[in-house]
Amino acid sequence: MQILAEINGNLNAIGYGLAAIGPGIGIGVLVGKALEGIARQPEATGVLRTNMFLGIAFTEALALIGLVAGFLFT
Amino acid sequence: MQTVGVNLLAFAGITASDGSGFEPPSIAEFFPGPILFAGTPYELNRVNAIGLFMTLVLSVFFVAAFSNMRFVPRGIQNLGEMAVDLVQVNIIDEVLGHKGPRYAVYLTSMFWLLFAFNITGILPLMHVSVTSVIGLPLLLAMVSWVIFNVEGIRANGLGHYLKTNLFPPGVPAPIYLLVTPIEFISTFILRPVTLTIRLLANMISGHLLLVLFFTATSYFLFDSHGIMKLVAAPAWLMGFAFTLFEVLVAFLQAYIFTLLTAVYIDGATSAEH
Repeated sequence: MQILAEINGNLNAIGYGLAAIGPGIGIGVLVGKALEGIARQPEATGVLRTNMFLGIAFTEALALIGLVAGFLFT
Repeated sequence: MQTVGVNLLAFAGITASDGSGFEPPSIAEFFPGPILFAGTPYELNRVNAIGLFMTLVLSVFFVAAFSNMRFVPRGIQNLGEMAVDLVQVNIIDEVLGHKGPRYAVYLTSMFWLLFAFNITGILPLMHVSVTSVIGLPLLLAMVSWVIFNVEGIRANGLGHYLKTNLFPPGVPAPIYLLVTPIEFISTFILRPVTLTIRLLANMISGHLLLVLFFTATSYFLFDSHGIMKLVAAPAWLMGFAFTLFEVLVAFLQAYIFTLLTAVYIDGATSAEH
């Protein structure tokens, strides 16, 4: 039997890809809304930026746990 | 040509059997062999040695900046004041307000310690972040955990502190069966865990990306044949771009770790409800 194409690798990569979807969308929405707020009210930039980074920190934690899980559950 | 194309698709899976093939980076990157005191409990590897070195650099910098203070700052004192001011204005004043001075020393030193330990990931001759092994992030997260809990108990009293954290007001009594365990886990267990993992995973993934791109550059340049050598150029460019990105990540992770600690302290000490 002739093998035309072969991909070898690890299923963890796919798991991480799945884990990154949600936080990706989340960070997109979050930063978009923060920028919208800054554009509407430039004098609130400081507070908005701080809270944006807070939100990003909570959201991206999920993607990062996905990354760590790939190393843990081998 | 067909086999080469397929190999490119799956090149992360190629193993080096004869030492000349492509060797993808692994988690072993972060555990190099001992360089000093091998076999004793004080064994030092490259990562620990870099940590000690950066601690020394940071201490010398701040002692030099503030040992001979003048009313009108000159020379290195300017730099030192900028360093302190950055944390003071962007984190402490912003989040803690009038409660700031009590925690300013801890937060400022934590920010610069974290930044110094993160930035070694891209500094020449070092090329590994001290924070990409779990010890340091875990230690700092635990110190932050102790501080926000102790300060919360000191400000509110143990009973009131637990009550505001575990029994948020305005919830019908039976729902507390559900809410209290969730609040307990998220406040007292998940906070230090996510602080640790956020920093650690950012540093691990950054380092692995850089290693991946630069080993790929070397592999395509020296070990591949014909037109495949050209792939080395985009691989190197991506490595270069991610080196710049890592500068941003090093700063941002130090900022977020410190910011979250400040937010936790503020939440614990504010007299609410």
